[in-house]
This record gives sequence, C-alpha cells and structure tokens, in this order.
Amino acid sequence: MLRTLRIILGLAIALISSAVQLVWADDASIVLTRLATENYSEIEAGVTALAASAIPSAEAVLNALADSRLSYRLSDKAIFFKDTSGKWIDAATNAAPSEQPTGLKPVKVNNRVRRALDAAIGSMTLLSADPKKRIAAADAVFKSRDVNTLSALDSVIAKETDAIVKQHFEEARAAVLILKPDAPEAERVAAADRLGQRGDQDALALLSSVTNANATANVIAAGSLAAKSISRRLALLSAAQNAWYGLSLGSVLLLAAIGLAITFGVMGIINMAHGEMVMLGAYTTFVVQEIIRAKAPSLFDWSLPIAIPLAFFVSALVGLVIERMIIRYLYGRPLETLLATWGVSLMLQQAVRSAFGANNREVGAPSYMAGVWDLNGFQITYGRLWIILFSLTVFLALLGVMRGTSLGLRMRAVIQNRRMAAAMGIRTPVVDALTFALGSGVAGIAGVALSQIDNVSPNLGQSYIIDSFLVVVFGGVGNLWGTLLGALSLGLANKFLEPIAGAVLGKIILLAVIILFIQRRPRGLFALKGRAVEQ
Amino acid sequence: MTTDLTDSILYLDAVSVSFDGFKALNDLSFVVGRGELRAIIGPNGAGKTTMMDVVTGKTRPDKGAVVFDGSVDLTTQDESAIASLGIGRKFQKPTVFDYQTVEDNLLLAVEGPRTAFSSLFGWRSKVTAYQIYEALSIIRLGDLKYRLAGSLSHGQKQWLEIGMLLAQNPKLLLVDEPVAGMTDAETEETARLLTSIAGEHAVVVVEHDMSFVRALDCKVTCLHEGTVLAEGTIDSVSANDRVIDVYLGR
Amino acid sequence: MIKFLFHRFDKTAAYFIAALAVLGVLIPILNLALPEASTFHIPTYLVSLWGKYLAYALLALALDLVWGYCGILSLGHGAFFALGGYAMGMYLMRQIGSRGVYADPILPDFMVFLNWKELPITWYFFDHFVYAIAMVILVPSLLALIFGWFAFRSRVTGVYLSIITQSLTYALLLAFFRNDMGFGGNNGLTDFKDILGFSIQAPTTRAILFSITALMLALGFIVARAMVASRFGQVLASIRDAESRTRFLGYRVENYKLMVFVVSAAMAGIAGALYVPQVGIINPSEFAPANSIEAVIWVAVGGRGTLIGAAIGAVLVNFAKTWLTGTFPDFWLYGLGALFIGVTLFLPKGIIGTLTARFNSGGKGDTA
Repeated sequence: MLRTLRIILGLAIALISSAVQLVWADDASIVLTRLATENYSEIEAGVTALAASAIPSAEAVLNALADSRLSYRLSDKAIFFKDTSGKWIDAATNAAPSEQPTGLKPVKVNNRVRRALDAAIGSMTLLSADPKKRIAAADAVFKSRDVNTLSALDSVIAKETDAIVKQHFEEARAAVLILKPDAPEAERVAAADRLGQRGDQDALALLSSVTNANATANVIAAGSLAAKSISRRLALLSAAQNAWYGLSLGSVLLLAAIGLAITFGVMGIINMAHGEMVMLGAYTTFVVQEIIRAKAPSLFDWSLPIAIPLAFFVSALVGLVIERMIIRYLYGRPLETLLATWGVSLMLQQAVRSAFGANNREVGAPSYMAGVWDLNGFQITYGRLWIILFSLTVFLALLGVMRGTSLGLRMRAVIQNRRMAAAMGIRTPVVDALTFALGSGVAGIAGVALSQIDNVSPNLGQSYIIDSFLVVVFGGVGNLWGTLLGALSLGLANKFLEPIAGAVLGKIILLAVIILFIQRRPRGLFALKGRAVEQ
Repeated sequence: MTTDLTDSILYLDAVSVSFDGFKALNDLSFVVGRGELRAIIGPNGAGKTTMMDVVTGKTRPDKGAVVFDGSVDLTTQDESAIASLGIGRKFQKPTVFDYQTVEDNLLLAVEGPRTAFSSLFGWRSKVTAYQIYEALSIIRLGDLKYRLAGSLSHGQKQWLEIGMLLAQNPKLLLVDEPVAGMTDAETEETARLLTSIAGEHAVVVVEHDMSFVRALDCKVTCLHEGTVLAEGTIDSVSANDRVIDVYLGR
Repeated sequence: MIKFLFHRFDKTAAYFIAALAVLGVLIPILNLALPEASTFHIPTYLVSLWGKYLAYALLALALDLVWGYCGILSLGHGAFFALGGYAMGMYLMRQIGSRGVYADPILPDFMVFLNWKELPITWYFFDHFVYAIAMVILVPSLLALIFGWFAFRSRVTGVYLSIITQSLTYALLLAFFRNDMGFGGNNGLTDFKDILGFSIQAPTTRAILFSITALMLALGFIVARAMVASRFGQVLASIRDAESRTRFLGYRVENYKLMVFVVSAAMAGIAGALYVPQVGIINPSEFAPANSIEAVIWVAVGGRGTLIGAAIGAVLVNFAKTWLTGTFPDFWLYGLGALFIGVTLFLPKGIIGTLTARFNSGGKGDTA
C-alpha cells in the first residue's frame, strides 16, 4: 500500500518537474539570450539577471563564462557551454544537445563583466549545501563587495547554523557595508568592528579606504580604531612568524655546527671537511630512499629513520679514517690541519661528484613532513617543526653522551689535561679518534635533516662551513650550550634583519657584526678565562 | 702611605683578580723600593704569576691600584707600553726566539726605538753592538752568539732570557723561577748575578728553591691565596707559623 | 733607499731577479719577433697565460709575507686581489666608452641594461688611468688597514683570524653579486677594449703587459725581501714564534702586523690589477673563499717564509692546474686535494724550504 503510494507520488513529481522544466526552459532562453551579444553592459546585466533567476544551469553558465567556455549560436542566439570534460551542453535544457552545435561565437568578458560575474557566482553559492562552498562564496563577496548581494547575505545569515560559516557571512556583509555611503551609520560602525575582529591584511586594506569622502566622523573613528588593532595584531603576527623562521634557521645552523662544536670546539681541530660530512649524510639519505623506492615503496615514510643511523655510521667511519690517516699527525698545528682537511674536502666533493654526478639529487619528503599547520594566520610547516625538534634532540643526546657516558668522561679528561689523562691509563689516541668520529657522525645525522630543506649536491657542505665556524666561535669554543645559543641567536638575527635589509644585505651585515664581535671577544659568548686559556 | 708611593718603584694596593669566581689575587698589597731586590715565595696557586701578569699588563685587575715609579698607573697600559716604561719580565718557562741566533735575540731586546717604521730602516749602531757584547759576556754565551737560540740547553736559555732582560736595561726586572732546571753551580751563579744587578735595577724574583732565596739574602714576601701572608727577612718569614703551615711544612 | 732595498741581498735573490728579467724580455721577443711557423714562436694566448701565472705569483708573494714571516694565515687575500682587479676593471670599462652594445658614452653596458641614468659616485674618475692605479693600491690597503686595525688590536690570532678573514672575503663575495652594488653583479666586468689607448687584444699589448707583470713581480720581491731582511723582518719572525714575548720586550705587535698586512694587501691588489687585463674579465667569483685557500697552497708547495718559493709554487700549481683541467678535468680536484694533504704531511717546508735546508745542512753544519 505504502509502496504503491510512493510510486504514484514519484510519478507525479516527475511529471510536475518536467512540466516546470519546460516552462523554465522557455523562460530561461529569454534571460540567457541576453548573454548572446557583444555589448558588455548587456552581458553584465544578463549576468545579474541570471544570478537572480532560478534557472538550473545558471551556476554552470556563469562559471563557464568566467572560464571562457561559453558560446552562443549566431543563428538563434542559443547559449551553449562546454562542461569540464569538454562536451557541449545546451544552457536552456542543461543537457547535451541532440546534435553538435555549429556556427558558435564565444561570449567575451571585460573587467566590469568579470566583477559582476564574481559577485553573481558568489551570491549564488551562498545557498550551497556544502559549508566549504558557502565559505568560498562569502569570501568571494568579501572581495567583490557587491551591494546587490546584501539582501541575500541578510537572509542567509539569519538561516545559517554553522558558526564558522556565519562568521564568514558576517564579515562579507561588513565588507559590503563599510564602504556603502548610504548605509546607516550604526551599521557601518558595527561593520568596522567586525572587520577589526577579522584582523587580516584584506580587512586592513578595506578599513584604510574609509575616508572623509565616503564616511561620517563616527565611522572614520571606528574604522581607524579597528585598523590600529589590526596593525598591531599583524605586527605581532609577523614578529612571531619571523621568530619562527629564525628558530627554524637557527636549528639548521645548530645541526650544521653541532658536530663542529665537538671537533673544533672541544678538540680544537679545524676540520674544513666538516661540511662534506654533512653532505655524505645527505647522500646516504638519497641512497636509502633510492633503495626503498626500488624494493619496498611502502616503507618510504620510514626512509629518514632508517637513514639516520646509516648516515651517522658512514660519516663517522669517514671521519675515523681521516683522523687516523691525516689529523693525528697534525695535533697542535691548527693551521696545517686546516689546510689538510681542506684538501680532504676537495677530494670528497670530487668523489661524490664522480659517483652521483654534479647535479642536484632528489630527496623526497615523507608524508608526515609535508603540509602546513595554520594557527589563525600563524603558519607552521611540519617539515620545519620536525627539523627543530630533531636538532634539539640531537643536541640533548650529544650533551647526554658528553655528560653521562664513560666515553664522554674520558673525552673531557683528555681535553682538559691530556698528559694527566694518559698517565691515568686513558688511551688518548683512541679517545681522539672516537671523539672525531662522533663529531663527524653527528654531522652525518645533520645531513639527513638538511637533505629535506636544501639541494643535495656535491657543494652542499661548502655552503654551511663558514656559517658553522661562525656559530661555534660566536657561541664560545668548547661549550655546547654556547653553540646552541650561538646558532639560535644567529638564526633569529638573520631573519629579523632580512625584512629590513633584504636577504643578501642582511647576511652581509650579520657577517660584519660577527667579525666585529669576534674581535671584541675572540673566544665567544661563553669564553673561558684565566691563565689556562693562553695557548 | 704617600712616602711609600713616591719612594717605590712598584706599588700594589688592594689588587684583586678573579677568574670565573676563583680569586687569584685577593686584596694584594705590597711595595718594592727603588733598586731593591725582593724574593716572592708561596705555594702553587698563591697568585705569584698572576701578580706578574697584572704588573706587566697581561691581566687587568678587577680593582686596586698598581703604580710604577711613584706615579705611573699601570692598570691602564698594555704590555708593550709597560715594557717601554722600563719593566722587563722573564717567564717561568724560558721563552726565547728559537729560530733566531743568540745575538739576534739580544739585538731585539736592546733598548732603543721600537716602532715598526723605524725598524724598517734602522739597523745596528756601535752602541748597540757594545751593549750586546756586554750582555753576552755577563751571561757567558759569547762563544755561542751565532747559534740558533732553539738549540741551547735549558739552563742556557734561562741565561739568554736574563741577558735579554739586561739588554732592555729596565728599571724593574720581574724574574719568574730563574733557576728551575739549573745545576747547583748555575744556581749559585744566577744568585750572584741577580744580587749584583740589584741596586741599579729593582729586581723581583719568584722562586721555590729556598736555598736560592736564602742566597739572595733579601727581603722576602710570602703569598698565599692571593694575599700577603708574611713579609720580612728570610729567617723571620721561614719562622712564621702560618708560612710553615701553608708552605714550608713542618 | 737603495741601500735599504738591497740590504743583505744574496745570490739566490739575484738569480731569481735575473730569471725574471730574462723571462720578461725573452717571452715577448719569442712571441713578437719570430714568425708563427717557427718552432720557438710563443703564441699570444700562452703569453697571457704566463702573465696570469706571474700575477698569481705576486699574490703568493704577498701572502707569504704575512703568513710565512708573521704567522698570519689570511684566508681572505683573494679579496684584496679581487679589489685591485675590480679597480683595474672599472678603468677598462670606462675606456670602452660608446663602443659598448648600448653605445652610451659614459655608462657601462650593464648600467644601461639596469636602466640607470647616472654614473654612481664609486665610478667617478675611473676614466683616468692614474686615479685607477691609485685605487688599485689604496682600496685594498684601506680595507686591510681597517680590518687589521680591529683584528690585531683586539689580538685575534691563529685560526680565529683565519676564520674571520675567510668571512670577510665571503661577505664581499655576497656583496659583489648584488646588482645594486654597481659592479656588474654576477657577470662582473668584461668586454674590455683598450688600455691607455692600446687595443687589449693586440699581441704587442699582451707582450708588454706580460713584461710589466714580470717587472712588478721583481719589484714586489725586492720590497718584500728588503722588509724581511731588515730589523722589521726580525721582529716579524719574533712575533710569529713568540708573540707575547715580543710584546713584553716593548714592541707594539699590532703595529708591526698592521704594517705588513697593509703592504701585503697592496701587493695583492697590484697582482689583481695585472691579472684582469690579461684574463679579460673580473667577476665576484674571485672573492670565493676557495680561491684564497688555493693561494695558500701555492705558498705551502713552494715553501712558506722563502718568498721565492711562494712565487715558484704559484707558477707550478697553476701550470699543473691548466694541464690537468685540460687533459683530465675530473682529476684536478683530487690532485689539488692530495696536494693540500701531501704538502702539510710530508713537505711542511715546501720545495724551496726543503732544498735550502738540505743545502745548508750539507754545507755549514749546525746553522740549519
């Protein structure tokens, strides 16, 4: 019984709707033909009329016009558009025509038509069922500030239940009202407040165009108050963003320099091949990813955790070989060590160039490192977040090794008094070799992280070596905490100088400042004092 | 106090120096008269070398006054200025210029213009040649004057350094452990040399070797923890209970 | 003055000067006087190549003066070289005049390209040769004076000094890459036409430039030798071996260092000015820290603290570089790297230093 009823009802609805559609099709063709012209004002009027009509194809037609997919037949001014797959659709019936239309001429738009289009499309989608589309529509209105949408906005605001969508609607309405000279003063003041709460660059631009010419004193006062609050918020936000970028750069510097803090800061070895240890770590990551891509693509997200121990091992091994073959003969002759390790760095660069080619190699980002976390305008990229966490972890781990392990204890003993340590039975050459290997290995780990943000090429290390040395010297030789502070302060200083002076000039200024700083305090921020320091 | 100051060649008043919280000198005050020979003794870490660092301008005191020749404030000058004023220093570890001959070492030390520009053109005069000859004969290295200083024995290096001090002709000589590594005969010889130059120059000697200090036969100052523990003749100082406690032992 | 220059002038030094004189006369003659078909004819490109080597030798000489005799390992001497080169390059650019692509009588092409309307102040007077030459010497000297004044007064020594000299040239590298600095950005200065009215491409000009380079190298050598053989040089060596002892003798160490550093920078600047017209281009890559370190290895190969060794080392290493990069391009960096390691480990005195030591120990016993 119920089933029969449902069928009957269904049939009835189908009948009625097709009848309605026929009527609409007739009515629609009248509105639609207004678009079949080359007169822009006529097209503009047609667009507005179309948006106000209830024609089913209206949205599709407007979108097609916006994308230059709309044409009309010269013979009868019938409107056709191509759908996204490239098939012709008859606008009047919103269905594919029985035969391919011929003798078509595209409908053109100028800027005025385009503005009308944006507003029309915006107001049409205000009613969409999808909240995302409604928000997009509201934002479109915010940009177009078409006064014709005001009544539509009022009605949707009243009906809207979703708080976020409603907020967007209200902001759109405020954007329309704020520059509408004939709107009631109270409403415009309220609009200024509303825009002040929105607090972004667009709102600020709108508020700053409120002037004597188009507003009363009260509105101007409210507008400038709101604009001030936005400026404050934006300044704060950009400072926070700069601090974040600075922190991020600082963590990169920390990664690059931390191995050097061991080899140079603690052992006093000038290792010019330090950057190449970083580079080897980055290439290890590349090789690991290549193998995973070829053998087990599902493990790709694990490529970095797998690469970290391997990179440590590869760089530490190379470091060990360098120490045993070259550096151990040069202890106490820092300038000679500098030259010999520079030679090592040249050879390592060329070796990598021969093995992997001179071009940049592609190292991919695992899924968890992609994407951005937007905190109310404050943007945090996951990749950077991971690198900051990673560099702090490496730092703390290294601190732990130095403080808590027996190797660390022996290292510190050898550093402080080599002869006494030797007398107590510590095999100083072994400790030297292991310390250097540790410093090199940490550089390799840094390479894994840097492969995510820099080009992996044979020259990778070269770009970090000068900065790394400056960080270690700036922070104070022989002090890991100094290195941390040095890296972070240089990172922050760099990012805060950049907007003022530009990237390159900022870097030059910073270099000059560090050069002057080193001359004032040659032994860094945390210098050891006293007789023992001399030579 | 004022007569102390004007009669003194070196006047230290309440000088303090600390390194990372460790007080190397703690309100150190003492006075050395013109032409006086003075021995400084004290255990390791008593501040003997730091005191010399302060006088020669290597270390700046945190507070206190260091006055040379009755009127010159040394705390504001650097090493070369202080050396030019007439203060010579011999280091604990003999430091001579290893890659230059004995004669050239002395030539570098001989008093005279020290500016970079004058050094380009000036070479040596008869006066300097005589001064070098004199110094060489005092330190008995005349036969070795063309040897590289680096090839000398430890004791010979000590003597060469003393010779360089003499060639500088300073008003005040600061001599840090001059007899370390010397044979007994050399030690005696050194004591005789230092006593003989005192009078014309003031000499401050830091030494551990008590028989050497006794041979100097002069006023002794014992330092401990950066301050003066006792001062007087060698007999009175070595009879002092506190000196025996901290330094000489019972 | 003459007495000062030739004080303690020994046989080796005389041989070196004589060799330079022969080279400076012979090569141009072989190039200009002999027909191209002759076996002994030297093509013009080789003349310029050897001119480049001799300019490098002058740079090495300058570096040896500070490193070998005063222990200042400058990793930024390339900066003084490049500054001298730029000063010469600016003169050569102004000589192009309206023969440039844009035919502007005053502005060099790159400025027209950047849509500049006026010559920047830094370029004023560079059309006068004498002014340009003055700048070749003054600009590097002034930089060395300011930098050295800060560095030496605050007693930055050893590797710390090396690191900041490296940062100095790195900062200049970044600066000269910028277009708005007004020195041609990353393209640098090139397409020179003539110098003092003589075409820069002409074999005669090239030959004369070569002779002048040989002459300047000889002069540089004589000045450097006079300095190190004087009492000044003796103090320098003292500073190198025991800096604080020297200070306690009453010498103003910072003034000595400053003086030798400034003279060295001026020599490097002159070397750069000789280099540019013979190579035909100067660009910011001359400021690259790697270049400065490479110059250090020339000195180390020849023997630091020997002057002659530095010059010979520069020529040898660069000759090897030309040959290797031509025949086995992949092996040059291996070779250079091995040279750095090998010389520091096995030949710390360098070629000349080792030979002298052997000669002396064979001849005079214990003076070595």
